[in-house]
Amino acid sequence: MVRQDPYAKHYCKSSMSKTKILAIETSCDETSAAVVEDGERVLSNVVASQIKSHQRFGGVVPEIASRHHVEQITFIVQEAMEEAGVTYEELDAVAVTEGPGLVGALLIGVSTAKAIAFAHGLPLIPVNHIAGHIYANRLIQPLQFPLMALVVSGGHTELVYMEEDGNFEVIGETRDDAAGEAYDKIGRVLGVPYPGGKHIDEMAHQGEDTFDFPRAMIQEDNYDFSFSGVKSSFINTVHNANQKGETLDQYDLAASFQASVVDVLVDKTVRAVKEKQVKQLLLAGGVAANKGLRTALKHAVETELDGVELVIPPLSLCGDNAAMIGAAAHVEYKKGHKADYSLNARPGLSL
Amino acid sequence: MRILAIDTSNEVMSIAVLENQTMIGELTTNVKRNHSERLMPAIDELMKDVSWQPEELDRIAIAKGPGSYTGLRIGATIAKTLAWTLQKELTGVSSLKVLAANRIPSSSYIVPLFDARRGNIYTGLYRYEAGELKQVEPDTHISAERWARHLLRLDEPVELIGQDAAKHIEIFREVLGDNVRVAPQKDHIPRASVLGWLAFDEQPLDVHTFTPDYLKLAEAEEKWRKAHPEDAGGEYVEKI
Repeated sequence: MVRQDPYAKHYCKSSMSKTKILAIETSCDETSAAVVEDGERVLSNVVASQIKSHQRFGGVVPEIASRHHVEQITFIVQEAMEEAGVTYEELDAVAVTEGPGLVGALLIGVSTAKAIAFAHGLPLIPVNHIAGHIYANRLIQPLQFPLMALVVSGGHTELVYMEEDGNFEVIGETRDDAAGEAYDKIGRVLGVPYPGGKHIDEMAHQGEDTFDFPRAMIQEDNYDFSFSGVKSSFINTVHNANQKGETLDQYDLAASFQASVVDVLVDKTVRAVKEKQVKQLLLAGGVAANKGLRTALKHAVETELDGVELVIPPLSLCGDNAAMIGAAAHVEYKKGHKADYSLNARPGLSL
Repeated sequence: MRILAIDTSNEVMSIAVLENQTMIGELTTNVKRNHSERLMPAIDELMKDVSWQPEELDRIAIAKGPGSYTGLRIGATIAKTLAWTLQKELTGVSSLKVLAANRIPSSSYIVPLFDARRGNIYTGLYRYEAGELKQVEPDTHISAERWARHLLRLDEPVELIGQDAAKHIEIFREVLGDNVRVAPQKDHIPRASVLGWLAFDEQPLDVHTFTPDYLKLAEAEEKWRKAHPEDAGGEYVEKI
C-alpha cells in the first residue's frame, strides 16, 4: 500500500493560491460556520441564532444551547461550504472556537471541527473567541500595529494592547460584571425583552442623562472597569421610586445608565490609546453594536486622538460569528499553530 | 459494508469497526475520563490499526441514548458530522439495547439500566423472540422504584444489566423479590462491536436532523412547557 501524506496537497497549494479556512463557532447561543480567504475576505458567514429560544427564560440556558447546536450544526456548515462554493480539497484548514464560552456549547463546534479535519486530512486550528472578536476588524480593514482593542460583550469587557499579529496584552478588564451583562440585568428591571442591550440603546436615544449614575473607577489610575456599582445604583433608584409610588421616566433611566457605561468605557480607552501611542483603535464584541458607544467613541477619536484610526465592525460582524474565527485562525495558521485530535473545549480560556 | 460504531453514552467509551457484522477492531475503556479529549484520537488510532481510510467507511453507527447528555452529544456530533461530510449512512441504536444485546438469547426479560441520579434510571424492557432481541417497551426515564413496581406486573423473572444495576438492586429486590437477578459482570460493559452488529440491520437516518434520544427535556424547558401548555413549541432557531 502506498502511504499518503494527508497534508501533502496543502504544502503544494499554499504557495500557489490563497488560504481558505473553514471556521466554526458555537461558544454561546449562535451556531455559525464561515469560509474565510487569507483571513480577510469572507466567502460565507452563516449564523443561526437561538435567541428566540432563550428569550423564554430571560437568558441563555446552557443545556438548551447545547441541544440546539447539535440540531443545527451540519445544516449550518453545509450552507457555509455551499455559499462559499468551495470543496474540501480547496480548504487549507478547519478552525474552531476552543473557548472561552459555555463548555457544552463549545464541545459541539470542537467535535464537528475534529470530525471534518479527520475525514479530510485537514489541519485543525483552535481559536480564542476574544481574539476572534478583535480580528473581526481585519475583515474590514488591514490591522496596523501597535493597536488597541476595546472588547465589549455579554461576557467580556477588556482593553487589549497588540504589538503584532497574535500577540495580546490585556491591560484592563472588568472586575465584576461585563458591560453587556449589566445591560441585560437592568433590561430585566426595565422589563425589556432579553437581551436588553439593543432595547436600552434605543430607549437611551429618546431620553436624557438626568439621574447621574456613578462613573465607577473613572478616576483610578488603571484600565480596569466595574459595572456592578452602576447596576446596583440603577436598581436601587427604581426600587425606591416604586416604594414611594413614583414612576420614573424609562427613557431617562436608560439614557442615564448608558451614559454612565459609555463615559467610563470611552474615557479609559482614550487614556490607554494615548499612553500606548497606538496607530489603530478597534472596537469589538457584541456591545460594539451599541449606537451610543459607537457614536461616543467616534467623537472621542475625532476630538482627542489625532492620527489614530478607529475601526468599528459592521453590525453583522459584532455579534458572535464564525467569519471572525476564520480571520483570527489565519494568523495561527501562518504561525503553524495546530491542534491534534485531543483538542478540548476550554470554557475559561483567556487571551 | 464497513461500519464505524461509536458509543459514548456513559463512562465507558467504546468504538469499533466492522465488516458487515464481523468485528475487525474494537477499543473499549471503562475509566472516568473525558470523551471529548479521547474519542477522536481513538477513532484515528483504530482506523489506522486496521488500515482503513475514512472515505472507505459505508456507515456510521451511533449509540443514540439515553445516557449522559454531554457524552451523547460528543458521540452524536462526531458521528453525524462524519456521516454528513463523508456522505455516508448514519444509523442509531438505543444505548440500552446495546447493553441488552450483551445477553445470550433466553426467555428472560432483560432490563438494561443507567443511573440517572436522584433515585432515577434510564431503562427499558427487552426480550429475545425467535432468537431476535426485541424492545418490549420503549426506553424511559423513571424512578427505580416505579419501574420495579411496573415490572412486578409481568410476574416473570427479570434480569438487570449494566454497571449501575448494583446501585439500584436493593429497591428491585424489595419489590420483585426472587424474580429479579443481575446479569453476570462480564455483560455490564456496552461494546461498540455489539452496537455495530445491531446497526447493520437498522435503516439509515436523516443525518442533518439527527439528535440524541435524551429521553428528558432540559429542566428549564420542562418547567416552561408546564407553564405554557398551549404553546406547542415552534421554530426557536433562525438564521440571521
